[in-house]
Amino acid sequence: MRIQAENLTFTYSPSSPFATYALKGVFLTIEEGEFFGIIGHTGSGKSTFVQHLNALLKVPSAEKKYKPKKLKKGETPPPQIVLKVGDYDLTDKKTDFKELRSKVGMVFQYPEYQLFAENVFEDVAFGLKNFRPEMTKEEVERAVEDALTIVGLDYAEIKDRSPFDLSGGQKRRVAIAGVIVTKPEVLVLDEPAAGLDPLGKKEIMELLHKLHREWCKTVIFVSHDMDEISENCTRAAVFSEGQVKFVDTPKNLFQREDELRQLGLDVPLTAKLTALLREKGIVIDSDYTQRDFCEKVLQYYREREEQV
Amino acid sequence: MKDVTFGQYYPAESFVHKCDPRMKIIFLIAYIVAIFVATNFYGLAVCFLGLVVTVVFSKVPFKSVLRSVKGVLFLLVFTAVLNVFFYKGSGDPLLHWKFINIYKEGIYYSIFLICRLFLLVMGSSILTLTTTPVSLTDGLESLLYVFKLMRLPIHELALIMSIALRFIPTLMDETERIMNAQKARGADFESGSLVKRAKALIPILIPLLISSFRRAEELGDAMDARCYSGSKERTKYKKLTFTWRDAVCLLLIALILTGVILFKVFFAALV
Amino acid sequence: MQAINFENVKFSYSDAEENAFALRDVSFSVEEGEFLAILGHNGSGKSTLARLINKLLEPDEGKITVFGMDVSDPKNTFEVRKSVGIVFQNPDNQMVASIVEDDVAFGPENIGVEREEIGRRIDYALDAVGMQAFRHGTPTRLSGGQKQRIAIAGVLAIKPKIIIMDESTAMLDPRGRKEVMDVVLKLNKEEKLTVIMITHFMEEALLADRAIVMNRGEIVMQGAPKEIFSREEDLETYNLTLPAVSAISKALRAGGMDVQATVSLEELAKEIEECVSKRKI
Repeated sequence: MRIQAENLTFTYSPSSPFATYALKGVFLTIEEGEFFGIIGHTGSGKSTFVQHLNALLKVPSAEKKYKPKKLKKGETPPPQIVLKVGDYDLTDKKTDFKELRSKVGMVFQYPEYQLFAENVFEDVAFGLKNFRPEMTKEEVERAVEDALTIVGLDYAEIKDRSPFDLSGGQKRRVAIAGVIVTKPEVLVLDEPAAGLDPLGKKEIMELLHKLHREWCKTVIFVSHDMDEISENCTRAAVFSEGQVKFVDTPKNLFQREDELRQLGLDVPLTAKLTALLREKGIVIDSDYTQRDFCEKVLQYYREREEQV
Repeated sequence: MKDVTFGQYYPAESFVHKCDPRMKIIFLIAYIVAIFVATNFYGLAVCFLGLVVTVVFSKVPFKSVLRSVKGVLFLLVFTAVLNVFFYKGSGDPLLHWKFINIYKEGIYYSIFLICRLFLLVMGSSILTLTTTPVSLTDGLESLLYVFKLMRLPIHELALIMSIALRFIPTLMDETERIMNAQKARGADFESGSLVKRAKALIPILIPLLISSFRRAEELGDAMDARCYSGSKERTKYKKLTFTWRDAVCLLLIALILTGVILFKVFFAALV
Repeated sequence: MQAINFENVKFSYSDAEENAFALRDVSFSVEEGEFLAILGHNGSGKSTLARLINKLLEPDEGKITVFGMDVSDPKNTFEVRKSVGIVFQNPDNQMVASIVEDDVAFGPENIGVEREEIGRRIDYALDAVGMQAFRHGTPTRLSGGQKQRIAIAGVLAIKPKIIIMDESTAMLDPRGRKEVMDVVLKLNKEEKLTVIMITHFMEEALLADRAIVMNRGEIVMQGAPKEIFSREEDLETYNLTLPAVSAISKALRAGGMDVQATVSLEELAKEIEECVSKRKI
């Protein structure tokens, strides 16, 4: 499913003294099949944006009580908001939002804190019972087994255990299984690796790639870690002050080091190293993944003859 | 959930904000007494005047104060309607239908009651709108000092209150987060029978409970690490002092009470 | 002077399902004014270590002293906790009050500091972490990094000699991490506080004078951070990943370039330059 947003604007508690603009006209298109990264500081609007993708937050016109405001004379109408996920029009209140939610899976930060059931099986099956009440017991069992297996857990060993007795890493995997069990086409994750140790982080990123290959067509993840973005994404969007400042491939994006720094954002280590080497007259043109960077450096090195 | 005004602090620099919390608590108590001493509309008018003066000097928009009534509006209307139906006046009823009798006095009384409750709720909300939870607990602790002589653990109670207030916003955020997470997994909290809706709360309440225990444990450790050991030899940073503002408050209270009593003596009681 | 000393300390949780959390025979010491990093994957026992130092936990065997005071002696508990402050992982779970200055005052109030002195200490602590401007504000609307700085101020107001950061940066974004690290470094360099930084961010450990690597309840590596990160194979056996700079220099070496193992970006750039300049087109 293709995701398309135009002029997306959102205000928290619009009629109170604490009214804050979280989004001020976001334009962003994410194609089907992408492994898309979202970058930005806390408060940049990135979380507000991703919560729109499965209608946890709604555009005003999609609210049940919405009545279009009458314009005064001479007033120009606000720009038309467009928000589409596949064929679902998220600005229309007649859209089946529940069905949409089964198609767009959402993994929140620290998802292990949403576990609640007596055993792992029940917890993972929760989404199926809500979205697909027509499924038979056998079908549910098979779906839960598939979901737990793909996140790297042993179904037979873990299904009857209490989710609260598991280790931190296992809990997070169970929580992810509980979201992907409905086979969403788009999977959105808010800082999936937060709070994990380096090895745990590496494993979670590997899991996301596996899910992208075998399970969900599109993966969108929010991250603060620029190395994580450069190593993994097809494209990434930079959010700042409620708007999308840049959308590009990591390769093009991280060439804008100065502009990113102005937004208070960092660049991956490989980009910093590239800049240092450029000052020394060594020009390396890589896509900023560690592997490609090292290859390009070695290639540069080998292209020179040994000095006698 | 975040639109509930009652009990929410409205940050501003005003006369009322700067008053001693103990004074404000005493003021509120006296004000409530005045409302109940008043037996006719003149008395209530005096209380209302006092309320308006306070609101003006608190710099809290009148709208915010009114919003606090919204939460209890149902209760207000309900009590009023009950009173209209069940008040037994002298003379003939205005309306008579089967076992229902409505008297003129009943309607008066209901209106009177609504006014009374309105004043009560708005007055209380001014206290919480202009006083931070912390100074409120400090004020209460200090006022409750009397009970300490009766060996009640006042200090601990005040600390418990302060921590509870401190964690309200944190837990509200957490509730919202968990609700969103379960909604994303297809949970539905808005439709179905009462039993079904109550059941739908389980996936929220259990994670919330577990996380509260975790937080309590961590907070306990953090308090221990910061040398918390109960009330013995503990000092207090914030000492409350009596200022000219508090004298003005006292004067206002005296005025209101005198006004109410005068009207009570010289005019007929409605109830 | 020795700030902390562990002598053959053993510890196990009574309800242990995973004995990975236990400590087996740990001995080490920390000098006054030192900046020590403790590394290890989740469950290696590094957080247990922190809790033993100020008696949130008690060891099964062995002896722990803080500035010569025996921690196991109940008479010393208060004094030990006065000299050792801990900042924990979750910024939301260590504040007791809804106003910043009241929270910072909590520690000094507990140890019976006089009113005027508490005021001065709040000033000092909030200045030290650069949060004076938020003194009368509420912490709820602050960022994670700001909340952690207030937690540090709350600890500083007790005037400890040792500050332990127990994964205090784990839940922060890069900006918050940097804010907190800047404060910690300043406290170590300017206020001469002894710092123990428990972390799994390799980049943070690089700033320390010395690092200890824990694995399964034991100290498995000890030394200058640079030295430790040059032992790439060892690190991997203890489930730690290399800092990115080390990983790149390792890959270049494997490809036949003669670059020295290093942890600094500038040095790596220099190494590459030297390597390349030895050759000609």
